[in-house]
Amino acid sequence: MAHSAHAEAAYHDEHPSFVRRWLFSTNHKDIGTLYLILAMIGGIVGGLLSMGMRAELMEPGMQIFGNPEMFNVFVTAHGLIMVFFMVMPATMGGFGNWMVPLMIGAPDMAFPRLNNISFWLVAAAFTLLITSLFVPGPPGTNGVGGGWTMYAPLSTKGTPGPAVDFAILALHLAGASSILGAINFITTIFNMRAPGMTLHKMPLFVWSVLVTAFLLLLSLPVLAGAITMLLTDRNFGTAFFDSAHGGDPLLWQHLFWFFGHPEVYILIIPGFGMVSQIVSTFSRKPVFGYLGMAYAMVAIGVIGFVVWAHHMYAAGINVNTQAYFVFATMVIAVPTGVKIFSWIATMWGGSLSFRAPMLWALGFIFLFTIGGVTGVVLANAGVDRSMHDTYYVVAHFHYVLSLGAVFSIFGAWYYWSPKMTGYMYSEPLAKVHFWLMFIGANLAFFPQHFLGLAGMPRRYADYPDAFAGWNFVSSIGSYMAFAGFLVFLFGIAQMFARKVPAGANPWGAGATTLEWTLPSPPPVHSYETLPRIK
Amino acid sequence: MAIFDRLKTAFGAAAMLALCGPAYALEGQPAPWQLGFQPAASPIMHQIESFHTYVTIIITLIALFVLGLLVYVMARFNEKRNPEPSRTTHNTALEIAWTVLPVLILVAIAIPSFRLLFAQYDFPKADLTITATGSQWYWTYEYPDHGITFDSIMVPEADLKEGQPRLLTVDREVVVPVNKNVIVGVKANDVIHDWAVPAFGVKLDAVPGRLQTTWFRAEREGIFYGQCSELCGRNHAFMPIAVRVVSEAEFADWLAKTKASAAGNDASKMARW
Repeated sequence: MAHSAHAEAAYHDEHPSFVRRWLFSTNHKDIGTLYLILAMIGGIVGGLLSMGMRAELMEPGMQIFGNPEMFNVFVTAHGLIMVFFMVMPATMGGFGNWMVPLMIGAPDMAFPRLNNISFWLVAAAFTLLITSLFVPGPPGTNGVGGGWTMYAPLSTKGTPGPAVDFAILALHLAGASSILGAINFITTIFNMRAPGMTLHKMPLFVWSVLVTAFLLLLSLPVLAGAITMLLTDRNFGTAFFDSAHGGDPLLWQHLFWFFGHPEVYILIIPGFGMVSQIVSTFSRKPVFGYLGMAYAMVAIGVIGFVVWAHHMYAAGINVNTQAYFVFATMVIAVPTGVKIFSWIATMWGGSLSFRAPMLWALGFIFLFTIGGVTGVVLANAGVDRSMHDTYYVVAHFHYVLSLGAVFSIFGAWYYWSPKMTGYMYSEPLAKVHFWLMFIGANLAFFPQHFLGLAGMPRRYADYPDAFAGWNFVSSIGSYMAFAGFLVFLFGIAQMFARKVPAGANPWGAGATTLEWTLPSPPPVHSYETLPRIK
Repeated sequence: MAIFDRLKTAFGAAAMLALCGPAYALEGQPAPWQLGFQPAASPIMHQIESFHTYVTIIITLIALFVLGLLVYVMARFNEKRNPEPSRTTHNTALEIAWTVLPVLILVAIAIPSFRLLFAQYDFPKADLTITATGSQWYWTYEYPDHGITFDSIMVPEADLKEGQPRLLTVDREVVVPVNKNVIVGVKANDVIHDWAVPAFGVKLDAVPGRLQTTWFRAEREGIFYGQCSELCGRNHAFMPIAVRVVSEAEFADWLAKTKASAAGNDASKMARW
């Protein structure tokens, strides 16, 4: 009797109604899927915004935007959406939720219902941010035009309309979601590893999620505090950032970047983990220097908290303070170098197969190196004087994010989508996607180094005619990259249409982590009995 | 195809630039298809330029080294040439080497970097002090020792004269003497702006409630342009900075004339009253 009731419950659990499965979902795989869908929508919206910007900047003069403030709104929304509603939901929410329990042999996340709340908070936050685009912001325009950094007083007195309040509340919800998610990941990873899965045996992707979760947990409360101060400055007459009443605009910058710098590592560290899995799988070799790789991420995370003011060299901070931040920032290059060389050493002596995930990982390693070394240049306050707030910075952070984090996400998609969906993607389409994006993104962002050195400031709706040439090239490249993105979307549709079964492990002997021991797609309850790790 | 025509002219211009070299570049403003900094026109900018060249050589070598390793690994250790992967996962000497070597490279970067940074903050004795105040969306210049104040506003495209660069030209440039130490006080009225002149290697945020200072010593006469470098709202792209560097005699002349006209303005105001 009891047994049959149990079996019945299990049966119902495996075929819940649409509403129960997708709206009240407590299953880490379903929540991961929801996050991935949200990230894709975020990517489409954020990508379209960047197409608008590049179309405007293709030629000197104002063509697309009647009002330059609208351009600023596009810049701001592009940044916020790509950071909070594309990369973070994809890396942590999507692949993190899907793969962490599978990789450590856990039945699910530690707090399934908290996981559900985390997702719906992000969905609500995204809705609020999109709404902000359609309510008044700066005088005479809708939306937030102050950049994703939202520097006061432009974001307080400079933007009278409620759009900024919408954006602040969106970040509050997204931040709360990430904090809850981080608690969930930390608890899961510390307490729910299968027997034998010691911390030092965990796959590097799990390590990367663990480090990222700590960064989220420690940095987002600071953002929450800062944006609350911004909110009260705007609405309740406080003056935290208003120098006329005893506040300080630079206080905002310190608080924002104390969050903001760890945030950029939050965006990239899961990518490190994904690339490690992919490189190891397609080299058919264990990761070289595993402990060094894991603790390099820890080191990057820790140092990432003490370098924030390198975003503020031009703000007028004391020269000795600048000297400290130069030093601290350059230190980060050391663990980053360890990672790059360890990936290469993993491939050294390996038996490499150049499947789509591996192409993205190889692209990641080289392009992240370029973004990394320009970061070393920018770390030097003396030369940053000439580059701060120019396109050199735009080129730098798009190399590490648009060609780094995004490449790792696409690599992870091709790597894990056969596992998640049970279907094999089309290899030729995936390669077309890769090459369009690789060439397009390089064409878009490499010339921006030249523009920046020549002095072109960022966040400009129009520019002196001398900058026309490289801007034209950059726009063509960005269209090409976007075409690659469309190929990606087409590839997904085609994958579900063709339904080519992927099998439990399409990658062969190199794929040694636990998720490949399960069928594709994994059953609703991944592990009937806990796996034992020798 | 319009795009191909554009590309053709683009490559033509690039080729021309490569042939003509720096002579093609205009002073104090960007040039088409430029690859590097604008020509330096102050001692600090020369230092920035040489430091940048030094670091760029280092990072280019590092990037090429990584690229070379990747290409080698892809060629040598692909599944066709190397069907049986090795199981090597550790090499302590190698791991120490790739930790220590980067540290040494960073030290080699840090030493000239700190020298440059402290040189920028080594304020010389002022020959002239001016202040630049950012407002949405123009700059106001003041010569506190000479009682001169004026606004500097971008000239719209329709009013440009032959040879004046679009989005850079202003109605009244700030005028300074050549080879003199100019201390610039930077302030803001409403939101944060940033006073920047690439050829001088100067960039400093104008923060409401603060008076921050920077300095430059222009080496050549001419007009040197810059643009607001901190997002300040709708017309952020349309509040350029233009510095006219003149000989000492011309500067004295300009001061006298400007003072007289300012006095004249005051007098006319007085008369009206």
